[in-house]
Amino acid sequence: MSRKEWPLYEVFIRSRNGLNHIHVGSVHAPDPKMALENARDAYTRRGEGVSIWVVASNAITASDPGEKESLFEPLAEKVYRHPTFYDIPDEVKNI
Amino acid sequence: MYTQGLDIPKGDKSIPVEKADSAEALRFQARIDADEKIEPKDWMPEGYRKTLIRQISQHAHSEVIGMQPEGNWITRAPTLRRKAILMAKVQDEGGHGLYLYSAAETLGVSRDELVEQLLDGSAKYSSIFNYPTLTWADIGAIGWLVDGAAIMNQIPLCRCSYGPYARAMIRICKEESFHQRQGYELMLALSRGSAEQKAMMQDAFDRWWWPALMMFGPHDTKGDAEGIKSQHSEQSMKWRIKRVSNDELRQKFVDVTVPQAEYLGLKVPDPHLKWNAETGHYDFGPIDWNEFKNVLIGNGPCNKKRLKMRREAHERGAWVREAAMAYAAKKAKRNAA
Repeated sequence: MSRKEWPLYEVFIRSRNGLNHIHVGSVHAPDPKMALENARDAYTRRGEGVSIWVVASNAITASDPGEKESLFEPLAEKVYRHPTFYDIPDEVKNI
Repeated sequence: MYTQGLDIPKGDKSIPVEKADSAEALRFQARIDADEKIEPKDWMPEGYRKTLIRQISQHAHSEVIGMQPEGNWITRAPTLRRKAILMAKVQDEGGHGLYLYSAAETLGVSRDELVEQLLDGSAKYSSIFNYPTLTWADIGAIGWLVDGAAIMNQIPLCRCSYGPYARAMIRICKEESFHQRQGYELMLALSRGSAEQKAMMQDAFDRWWWPALMMFGPHDTKGDAEGIKSQHSEQSMKWRIKRVSNDELRQKFVDVTVPQAEYLGLKVPDPHLKWNAETGHYDFGPIDWNEFKNVLIGNGPCNKKRLKMRREAHERGAWVREAAMAYAAKKAKRNAA
């Protein structure tokens, strides 16, 4: 493709205050300001959000699914990191 | 629906039939069988990727072209209320196209490539949008029948194995319900109107009924004999890209739509249509697959017009896209200085 494509931006929306921004999709735009406007038109036509983030897609560094095991498996063994690991007698309350 | 899967000609080798015997392929199929979602950077068979790109982009193109038949009536909507509704609906269709292009792009294809395929005619879109909207009643018929058929087809797609596609479909389905209801409400208004309005409604129904049934694509089993068997249906089912057969969905659509038509006082244009108490379904007559094939290969009433209009709109917007890029580049340079 010889033409220059508008860069891709990932879109994150906070549906209401108190909640995290959540990834909803992407838009193309020449600059971040227009990405924001395009994201509003594409992803919030029915009051889906109160705040939008747009991030240039190429600025995102993602983990490799192939490394899932080396990244996340060790944590599965660390059961002592969870409260249910500890046995507390029933008569002890509020813990 | 919008994903009839028919642009895969017989003998087309571009989508490889997978021999699922490599360790990776077996692991992939095991994940699918366990109903795990596949996400963009996960390993996937080339055929899975290509099938999805084709299906999702075809779906996106359908949404984009689908703006035309209804857009045709915006300036002539009978009231401000109807006009506002129609504009919102057409805008939604454009939005649905964008969600879907966005999902397709996660598979490593660029937006420009996909748009190019639509404009040069190499990509297909749903046969339904090649029919004209002759009267205002067509707007009601489209919302009620076309969007109704779309919903039927899209609900199972919300559980499709590919994460980004499934998420786009959930978003779309939420909005599609408004489309169908506004269409039915429009028909309802006509059904309470004058004799002319009732006749106009029946005429629109007569013209859209069969094309709506064709939206579900060819028969799953009998299709082969008719020369238009859905080529990769089985593989798509195995990969859980497709989850319910064409015929099952079509039957479901007929079963829910006939009583709705009766409520409007409409007569279904099918002499074979009758309730079958044994099966608990409506029996209906044969579909004219020649018409279907004809529309798909480009000979429908509006194929040329739809593509021409899309190309012109794209070309007319070129200077805006270029100017916006040039402005962004200039600003970036200034900020860097």
